[in-house]
Amino acid sequence: MTVVAAQYNRRRPWINPKIKEKLIHGFFFANGMISVLALLGIFALLTMTSIPAFREINIGSFLTGFEWNPTSYVKEQYGIVPMLVSTLMVTVGALLIAIPLGIGTAAYLSDVASPKVREIAKPIVEILAGIPSVVIGFLGIVLVGPILSKIFHTHNGLNAINGSVLLAVMALPTIISISEDALKNVPSSYEQASLALGASKWQTIARVKIPAALSGIIAACMLGMGRAVGETMTVLMATGCAPAMPKSMLGPVRTLTSSIAIELGEVAYNTTHYYALFALGLVLFLITFFINMISDIILHKYEKVNR
Amino acid sequence: MTIATEKNKVQLKSIGFSDRAYGRSVEENKIKIVVEDFNFFYGKTHALKNINMKIRSNAVVGIIGPSGCGKSTFLRCFNRMNDTINNIRYQGDISVDGNNIFDKDLDVVDLRRNVGMVFQKSNPFPKSIFENVAYGLKINGINDKDFIQERVEKSLKDAALWSEIKDRLNESAFSLSGGQQQRLCIARALAVEPEILLLDEPASALDPIATGKIEELIHELKKKYTIVIVTHNMQQAARVSDYTAFFMLGELVEYDFTNKIFTNPLKKITEDYVTGRFG
Amino acid sequence: MKKKSVSQAIGFGLLRFCIIVVLMILVVILYDIFSKGKEAVSWEFLSAMPRNGMTEGGILPAIVGTFLVTVITAILAIPLGMGCAIYLNEYASHGKITRLIRMSIRNLSGVPSIVYGLFGVVLFVQLMKLDTSILASGLTLGLMTLPWTITASEEALKGVPRAYREGSLALGATKWQAIRTNVLPYAIPGMLTGAILGLARAAGETAPILFTGAAFSLPFLPKSLSDQFMALPYHLYIMATQHHAIEKVRPIAYGTALVLIALIFCMNFFAVVLRYKLRKVKVE
Repeated sequence: MTVVAAQYNRRRPWINPKIKEKLIHGFFFANGMISVLALLGIFALLTMTSIPAFREINIGSFLTGFEWNPTSYVKEQYGIVPMLVSTLMVTVGALLIAIPLGIGTAAYLSDVASPKVREIAKPIVEILAGIPSVVIGFLGIVLVGPILSKIFHTHNGLNAINGSVLLAVMALPTIISISEDALKNVPSSYEQASLALGASKWQTIARVKIPAALSGIIAACMLGMGRAVGETMTVLMATGCAPAMPKSMLGPVRTLTSSIAIELGEVAYNTTHYYALFALGLVLFLITFFINMISDIILHKYEKVNR
Repeated sequence: MTIATEKNKVQLKSIGFSDRAYGRSVEENKIKIVVEDFNFFYGKTHALKNINMKIRSNAVVGIIGPSGCGKSTFLRCFNRMNDTINNIRYQGDISVDGNNIFDKDLDVVDLRRNVGMVFQKSNPFPKSIFENVAYGLKINGINDKDFIQERVEKSLKDAALWSEIKDRLNESAFSLSGGQQQRLCIARALAVEPEILLLDEPASALDPIATGKIEELIHELKKKYTIVIVTHNMQQAARVSDYTAFFMLGELVEYDFTNKIFTNPLKKITEDYVTGRFG
Repeated sequence: MKKKSVSQAIGFGLLRFCIIVVLMILVVILYDIFSKGKEAVSWEFLSAMPRNGMTEGGILPAIVGTFLVTVITAILAIPLGMGCAIYLNEYASHGKITRLIRMSIRNLSGVPSIVYGLFGVVLFVQLMKLDTSILASGLTLGLMTLPWTITASEEALKGVPRAYREGSLALGATKWQAIRTNVLPYAIPGMLTGAILGLARAAGETAPILFTGAAFSLPFLPKSLSDQFMALPYHLYIMATQHHAIEKVRPIAYGTALVLIALIFCMNFFAVVLRYKLRKVKVE
């Protein structure tokens, strides 16, 4: 085969083009692997930095201890149960608020809203997602706190409920946008079939579309939960942060994230306390990792079904 | 030039040429492309089944068949455009001028330079008209401005577009009409001087006048190029091609002179198709 | 029939209530910050150093610090994000490794920001000996932003018609030539838009910089990238919870919150305008 292009004055390539293409491919492949490396790196460094903590702390008492008091003069104690309970309390509280609101908003946006309302409302949800957590935490102190203390007659409003409200605000945009996608992906034939059978639009939404999109909605809620569990600044600022076992939703709580944030600033590098904080980080990483994996699996399955 | 022997006469017959077609194609003209026992798979789908076909130089070969019969896939094998799709597999050979295009040492980039392609939907790049035609030259390492200028003009003339647009070379290619855009894409393919031109339903999105211009152009182009054209439109195949291949369900059903296919096909199913009994 | 329409009215009413609550949340947040923050914000507030134990003066060092950290974040996250997206969208086949990469990206975007902070402390501050600095914080934030820039860049690449790639390859372009000359020029604007949105989020993050370089108070501007720095979000945190005269500095906290939100909105707005303009150009 004659290569016509070879007849004219071509720049002589400085490197064999085939090899060059292979190198470029390799370069981008390496680039693509960075995300894998980063995830593995985070996990590896957290694990490696956590391990020294367990030279002095018993893993069993770390996971089941009810007392977290690393700076005690008498006996240092590293039990994470109070933090797990705190995290659970604020997260559940947040989801109780955010899930109904989020699904309702998503259903409204996908099925009820006129295109004009949607045009306006969607960017607003995006703006909500863009507000930094520290600003929301600040409003927890100056706005939500006083209101809560008035309603419940408590000393101040910095408690688990406050944290839940703020985390609900943080989780809402995630839940709304992914649920809305899930609802939009329900084949329109379902909706038409339901309407053709004489169901009202509301019945169609409540009994056909939401159940059909359920796996996507569940994944959305899981992702929202992941955000709530991992959120630091809002809970750090608005939940009072007492390092004891939480007594009620109206009392102060201290989550995994806020414990790390409070104590890491004051601890000397490479002490048992320091390592213990990384162990907290590892626990947090694993919890969010599993939450995200589960939602990922659900989302993936549901994408396949709908394709 | 291949001398006809009894042996390859039989062979050619077996791959779909009738005697008459065989006689002319072998004795008077050089064979440009040979497809031998060619199979193609998308994942597990067997998209092309055991295709055998020879295409002579400076002929226009029309490929017809119902949608999904594999005709576009087949066309995209000649310049290995299917390589861009994941999960595909070939079997058998296609050779151009005696060189197997699936040979490991063959540079697919050289192949594509030599086998131009025009797509179903005109796809001018979002650049100026001039830059569109010059694109193929530039990526092939040519930077002699006068040469590029000259070649762009020649290609546009060959694509019968020059007179219409010579004053607006620097305008966006999107300012052209649909038919002009498609001829621009042809000019773009001609600029790198391929030997073979693959046309994938080049007129399917055009009005009758623009289609007529493209067809006229094809008549002109076959003086210099070997052309394979996939078309949905049987009248078009009848008008522009010298030979016609009828594909169905991934198989080459019949391949002969266009005239023969449309008036006196060997197989019943071909007749049913060309007379519009199914489509 | 009547029962149905009643249930529909109630149902739609509930949905409407949900969206109104969501909108109200945003309105309340913005109203509170703007109404109380605007009194604090003045030219002096934006351009002066903090004075008197941060009870007076401005927040210039925090603005500059946030700007510098965001630049470092961009330098790390944008090229890597683009490269990774190019691999995924242009080169990768549908194999196990690609699935692994995609799974990693999704998981990275779910890693809590405080965990990025811990990672930054070990890797950048200690192992790489960058100490607590702008550089360490910027790199930590860059890593956190990476999954967002990858996703945004991939979206932009997906927006470039397949025909541009095929047309280019059919003319004898190598794969990289096709990408460089006929894909990237049309994708880069979209990539940048997505990247700016990601950077806006990074600029508002506090947890990753808590231990990697943000400083309580520095009444001067950073001289080099290995200095500690003040940052708007961290400054707000300090002003809201850690200051010795919390009630007295509340206006400053509000002002800082307003400046932070305004900065993020400006970045978002810029990104949206960029997207809008480029979309228009494309249509022409």
